[in-house]
Amino acid sequence: MPAVPFRHRHLLGIEGLSAAEISEILDIAEQYVELNRRGGAKSALLRGRTMVNLFFESSTRTRTSFELAGKRLGADVINMSSEGSSVKKGETLLDTAITLNAMHVDVLVVRHPESGAVKLLSDKVNSVVMNGGDGQHEHPTQALLDALTIRRRKGRLQGLIVTICGDVLHSRVARSNIHLLNTMGARVRVVAPPTLLPGAIERMGVEAHTDMRKGLADADIVMMLRLQNERMQGRYVPSTREYFRFFGLDYEKLDAAKPDALIMHPGPMNRGVEIDSEVADDFGRSVIQEQVEMGVAVRMACLEILTRALRSNAPSVEVAN
Amino acid sequence: MPGTNGRGSPVVYFNARIVDPASGTDIKGALVTEGGTIRDFGPALFKDALPFDCERIDCGGKVLAPGLVDMRVQLREPGEEHKETIQTAADAASAGGVTAMVCLPNTDPVIDDVSGVEFIARRAREVRATKVFCYAAATQGLEGKELAEMGLLAEMGALGFTDGPRALGEAQVMRRALSYSRAFDALILQHPEEPSLAKGGAMNEGETSMRLGLPGIPALAETMMIERDLRLLELTGARLHIMHVSTAEGVEAIRRAKARGLRVTCDTAPPYFTLTETDIGDYRTFCKVSPPLRTGRDREAVIAGLADGTIDAIASDHAPQDQEAKRVPFAQAENGVVGLETLLPLSLALHHRHKMPLLDVLKKLTSAPAAILRLPLGRIAKGAPADLVLFDPDRPWIVDAKRFRSKSKNSPFDEMPVQGLVLRTVVAGRTLFEARTA
Repeated sequence: MPAVPFRHRHLLGIEGLSAAEISEILDIAEQYVELNRRGGAKSALLRGRTMVNLFFESSTRTRTSFELAGKRLGADVINMSSEGSSVKKGETLLDTAITLNAMHVDVLVVRHPESGAVKLLSDKVNSVVMNGGDGQHEHPTQALLDALTIRRRKGRLQGLIVTICGDVLHSRVARSNIHLLNTMGARVRVVAPPTLLPGAIERMGVEAHTDMRKGLADADIVMMLRLQNERMQGRYVPSTREYFRFFGLDYEKLDAAKPDALIMHPGPMNRGVEIDSEVADDFGRSVIQEQVEMGVAVRMACLEILTRALRSNAPSVEVAN
Repeated sequence: MPGTNGRGSPVVYFNARIVDPASGTDIKGALVTEGGTIRDFGPALFKDALPFDCERIDCGGKVLAPGLVDMRVQLREPGEEHKETIQTAADAASAGGVTAMVCLPNTDPVIDDVSGVEFIARRAREVRATKVFCYAAATQGLEGKELAEMGLLAEMGALGFTDGPRALGEAQVMRRALSYSRAFDALILQHPEEPSLAKGGAMNEGETSMRLGLPGIPALAETMMIERDLRLLELTGARLHIMHVSTAEGVEAIRRAKARGLRVTCDTAPPYFTLTETDIGDYRTFCKVSPPLRTGRDREAVIAGLADGTIDAIASDHAPQDQEAKRVPFAQAENGVVGLETLLPLSLALHHRHKMPLLDVLKKLTSAPAAILRLPLGRIAKGAPADLVLFDPDRPWIVDAKRFRSKSKNSPFDEMPVQGLVLRTVVAGRTLFEARTA
């Protein structure tokens, strides 16, 4: 057992996790990175366990990553999406919870377009719940995989300057990353047009900038956020081209960062909107592919930790059919 | 059980602490009602002997005050009887010491024509309980465009005109509503929120909304609307009442307007002097109200506004919502808190905790709203309606939403320890509620 046991039944967000808990997840994830790279290796840790991916919002990347993580640990994984399901037919979140309880699901991964919806569901289901992204609130596994990527490349998180650029206002990725990086002792900056920055952002312990070059000065890590199309066209930003000109990451702006600064993006990217294609594909500096790889390992680590209680309470002999 | 009084035979309330904010009375004595009215009261009344030919009620030295006049409730009838009916709301009102209440026109159908006002009046007579009045829509269908028939509606008994939980957003429409209301000296009531700034918002904008990832409604949406409406009021010379003030700057704007002599009044509701945005915690939808809960600084300013008289009245803002409307993700949840049964104890916290004189607190619940609405209620006087509440101002108890008489239980005050217990509620001389004495 680790020195500091993980105190949470669910993983609903990064806020509230201690540095020791975050480190524990990352340490365990490191081992899974190696396991995954060896290939063919499948653990039996979650054999006989059922994991449901319940996605109320379309996603390929995150859902696949959770699915792989579950399967590599031997769980039976079922994907449920709101498309064409009873959810679309007006079933409430709580009806869904009752249904899932009746099915005896062990682990539930939920993505939902409303902030707080995952918490609401976690209050009502008997399963362990992992937040796969809720509205504009949190996306904890994304922040963990980002942290693992950084830690493996830079050897640490403490003291690094991390600049998060883009639609901070609507981003659950930004919120989770800010919580995590602050907890781990990094220095966080955000850069965005003022319409995409929450007014109280500095209360989260970050430095806010509206000038990319100032925000990127001496940065060790540049994290780009996705800008959704519907936010442009005059509602928050006048146009795509204006956004790219002032807030898109290109080599000229990147010049302000440290020469060995890493470029990250949670995906999917809008090339030519928030990031120049060349920069995104820069083999030496872009770790965007690696983030995806770390995603599976981090989710395996979270599954291992969150199912500890489940596994220790389980009867030693499984009921055979 | 309620007595058989109210049939004309006198009822004597003796050994009472009679408190009447309208006259500043706070005396020990007795009060006698006959039929639906107060016949007499005073320290010397029946001092030596009680009459035999009447019902006698020993008040045990507790406070006998005018029944509460709640100037804003949502009744849900007609249209949403699964949330509340006039009967269940009246039962809740009696249990809360409320003897008169005024409902918003946001029913289905909307109360924007004479038949709507008549419907409420008829149902109020049928339930024979707490007196029920209504406001009528300021604009047809609450759509904020064409004016409703204010003259005819006022004749039928509508106490004022408002689009309820929606602001009269367009400045030109607000100007015309205020201007036209002068013909009948009618009261216009505004929900002070600039709609385009509030659009899509789920809670107060600030650090908490940012952390929760919820779209915010800036305090400025309220301040701007209040300041705009005060300008329009000055232009038109009408009578304006600003509902549920929730912000520090809003209170200050009204304070300045009153100093300038404008005919403006305002109220607030218990959530705004009891809770703050941080009570939302992990997305507690029972704390979702409109206007949203604000910061600690705003709450302090609301309390200061109550203390210095800037805020005239306290309304319950009773807004029943069923489980379906609240057990959903926060942004999708409906607004509102049931308030009739917690109005008195939560308001008494202003006395117990914030040291406001008891008379001042009671005034905001009785004679002040009655005066704004020009109702001959909310006072203890010879010949006044015998609408009374007997309560123990100090008795501690714990709110238990399960036991509410209201059909809906959406209260963020559930399990909260409070002080001040209603012992008896009397409407038109009849006891409608009597606490089981523990």
